[in-house]
Amino acid sequence: MSPLTLPPPDRFSLRGKPVAAAEHVELLVVGAGAAGCAAAIAAANAGVSVMLVDENPVSAGLVGMDVPLHFGGRATNAVQTPERLVERVLETSPALAEAFELGVDVRLSTNVWGAWVKAPGLVLAGGLAGLADETKSWFVGFDRLIVAAGARDLNFTFQGSDQPGVMGAQGFDTLLTRYDAFAGRRLAIVGSGELAIRTAEKALERGLEVAALIELRDAPQGPAEAVARLVARGVEIVTGHVPLAAHGDADGVRRLVVAHRDDADHRREIACDTVVMALATVPVIELLDVLGAKRLMAPERGGHVPVVAEGGATSLSEVFVAGDCAGLGGDAQGSGRRAALAALASLGRTSEALAEAPDISPAPGDPAEPASAGLAYQLEWAQAMLATGGPDVLACLCEDVTRGEVLGVRPPRYLGWRSNTLARRDLVTLAEDGPINQDQIKRLTRACMGPCQARRCREQVALMMALGANVAPETVPLAGYRAPVRPLPLSVLADWQESADMDAGWNVWFGIATQWIGYEDIGTEREAEQLRAGMPY
Amino acid sequence: MSEIGTGTSVVVVGGGVTGLSAAWWLARSGVAVTVIEKGIVGFEASGRNGGGCTHYQSPLFHEEQRLWPQMDELLGYPTEYQRGRIVFQVDPRKERFHEGLAMRLPSGYAWDVLDPRQVRELVPLAGDNVVSGVHFHFGGHANPQRTSQAYAWAAQDHGARILQHTAVRGFETAGGRVTGVETAGGTIGCDALVIAAGPQTGRLVAMLGHDLPMAAARAEMIVTEPLEMMPITGVDGNGLYGRQTLRGNLAYGGGPHEWFGDVGLEETPPKPSGSVTRNIARRVAELLPKAAHARVIRSWAGVIENTPDGRPVIERLAAPDNVTVATMSSVGFGLSPASGRAIRDLVLDGACSFADLEKLRLSRFEGLARDWRDGLNWLPPEAVISAAVS
Repeated sequence: MSPLTLPPPDRFSLRGKPVAAAEHVELLVVGAGAAGCAAAIAAANAGVSVMLVDENPVSAGLVGMDVPLHFGGRATNAVQTPERLVERVLETSPALAEAFELGVDVRLSTNVWGAWVKAPGLVLAGGLAGLADETKSWFVGFDRLIVAAGARDLNFTFQGSDQPGVMGAQGFDTLLTRYDAFAGRRLAIVGSGELAIRTAEKALERGLEVAALIELRDAPQGPAEAVARLVARGVEIVTGHVPLAAHGDADGVRRLVVAHRDDADHRREIACDTVVMALATVPVIELLDVLGAKRLMAPERGGHVPVVAEGGATSLSEVFVAGDCAGLGGDAQGSGRRAALAALASLGRTSEALAEAPDISPAPGDPAEPASAGLAYQLEWAQAMLATGGPDVLACLCEDVTRGEVLGVRPPRYLGWRSNTLARRDLVTLAEDGPINQDQIKRLTRACMGPCQARRCREQVALMMALGANVAPETVPLAGYRAPVRPLPLSVLADWQESADMDAGWNVWFGIATQWIGYEDIGTEREAEQLRAGMPY
Repeated sequence: MSEIGTGTSVVVVGGGVTGLSAAWWLARSGVAVTVIEKGIVGFEASGRNGGGCTHYQSPLFHEEQRLWPQMDELLGYPTEYQRGRIVFQVDPRKERFHEGLAMRLPSGYAWDVLDPRQVRELVPLAGDNVVSGVHFHFGGHANPQRTSQAYAWAAQDHGARILQHTAVRGFETAGGRVTGVETAGGTIGCDALVIAAGPQTGRLVAMLGHDLPMAAARAEMIVTEPLEMMPITGVDGNGLYGRQTLRGNLAYGGGPHEWFGDVGLEETPPKPSGSVTRNIARRVAELLPKAAHARVIRSWAGVIENTPDGRPVIERLAAPDNVTVATMSSVGFGLSPASGRAIRDLVLDGACSFADLEKLRLSRFEGLARDWRDGLNWLPPEAVISAAVS
């Protein structure tokens, strides 16, 4: 029989190395928009300890990386001093000020980069969230978590859309109204639904020029009266067209070329310094996916959304959702209050204050978004953008991956790889081996692997995959989110106060001493000698 | 032991690197191969590891070193293999770590000891805290995800069939041989069977009446945004393994693993718990201080199996005698070019033609205590959050 030498008992596993939570709260609320503030206020009124975390105002570095929103390089210098923006953020949110007054522990310019709760195979005592600011990261334990992370922008790229001046509607709104730090003057807005109209109205209110709304379909998608009001104020509605190319100089976009959706040679130019993508928003489910909350594809609610029960309950008993991240639309404040009450009820905290909390009757959700919000509409755009702009337009800006390279499942260009076998493979052949998967495409093409963490390309790449493999877009699985869901410097993410147990019980791999004995030495005196000497590193 | 020649059909259970490499080697020998994979090829630990190709402890080491430089060409797809490796330390207690290495490195492979200045020349992201290093002029690293897919595609190019999203439910046997593999989509007949299913291997082998002790764990890695390319990209140390990718990202792992109980054949493995993410980040920042500003953009974890002694089992069973079993015990990626060839030899010829694998037989675990995991302390953690400090 072959000899068996067993290693010493394992001291290199997580056993005996508890994660230290620096703080603990009964209720952690992520996102201080309307829903998150309402949740925090309702819970604070009930006498519960609440921490309300919001990443705004974000640092200039993140603004430059289009994190968490597509800011498109159109911020003023005001974002260089986010500490001065704090006042502005408070001024523009009376609810946030109210939360402060009620004793909610409000943390601004702080992001939540990960969250975990008990799950099969995962041993955690209660919930744990990873927080970070500009200089450090730490863990906060929680009894209940309400995620009210809102929505971000759906983006489509076109030639030149990687230059300053091309941005998303949420990014625009944040710069304009929350930060008072928008640097553009004349806008072309892509889309003509409610989001595009709202964007145009805000821009006009603030004295900006709106040159045009650009719509792929033959008619504007938003309410006719609202469109008419815009037209009356000099906004042109360009229907049947899609963006083809943005041209500009060192300062970014100067003009946008749009093409007829069926004929790329039929073009016209629109002078503008900013192009706002206002086609649709996408629920921000990053944390929920890291947590492992069950989700489903619900095109009418914005795409991949958590499975939500009464009161914003998710599949995880500690986690609740409110606002747009639970699925677009509806009454954000109401959903925040309901989530708070449901979260507290689950803690057995049904105090008098709770019973007296105003306006807790469940309001029906309002999924009454126009048909244009659906995936079919998005796919129409993807198809037209591909048909007019062609395969050489970048689909993933960070990783320099073109649409054609996604469709062809090509390895990155920097590998300089050419082969006939590879040339015969594409999304169609890949789909023959099993349902296409965006995580697989990510690994093979690197699309969605960059520092913006795929905020600018995730949905577009999924739509390209649906087109390339000729499958329904709702069948393309979500590319999974991983912590940290915000790009954090090593020095910030690092645990500089780790316990001595962690260091003493650290090994490069499993620390199984017998694993690294040379094969020839197994069963010889040399094996014993090496085991006595210990691991070389 | 009966011969299994070309023209027969082999089913490989497990679409990780080991099973895929075996399938590729078998297919290029003219055998009809079907790979059965419960998810997507290379999606678990095979695609989520450090990509290292430097395993001098293994009997497959020489073949590992011989094959890697040829793999791109042999497969016809890129693996991103890069030759060479630098290991350096920043902890003064580890200044003489090369002496321990000297005890272990086989002769015939060139390597140098580096002083701190030499380390900094080869590793521009290193800092003033370097205490010593070594430079292996062999070994190296490759891209695990790209390589896994390369095996699958290359096997297909040789006629192999790859069934993804197909979980194995059982085996049909007749006359002391496995004759078919039962899946949700029906039974697939075979003349020979390979089980190389990572953490599932023990459960599958148990269906054939064998006890292959193993335990599964999760280990995390983190990856940064791309940085300027270093002259040598296979760089690690300070308790970490990893590499700079050819895109420039730093991808590193190490530190405490998390043991867990059996993962069911059709279950999705648990997600990372974030328990060591920050500790890995700290060690990368210590190892490469000039990269401390680099932003971490992802983390990932694979489910990894180990046998009680941490060594592989690569064996053609005596009964059923047409079954070959392989678990690489947490060190499978780098050795995969060679392990696949060894499996091919065992399936077709009954013995490995290029390496002695006798000490890796399953029989070494006979008589192992039933509670061996308790004895080795291979147990899931207690609650991993301590009470709040404040």
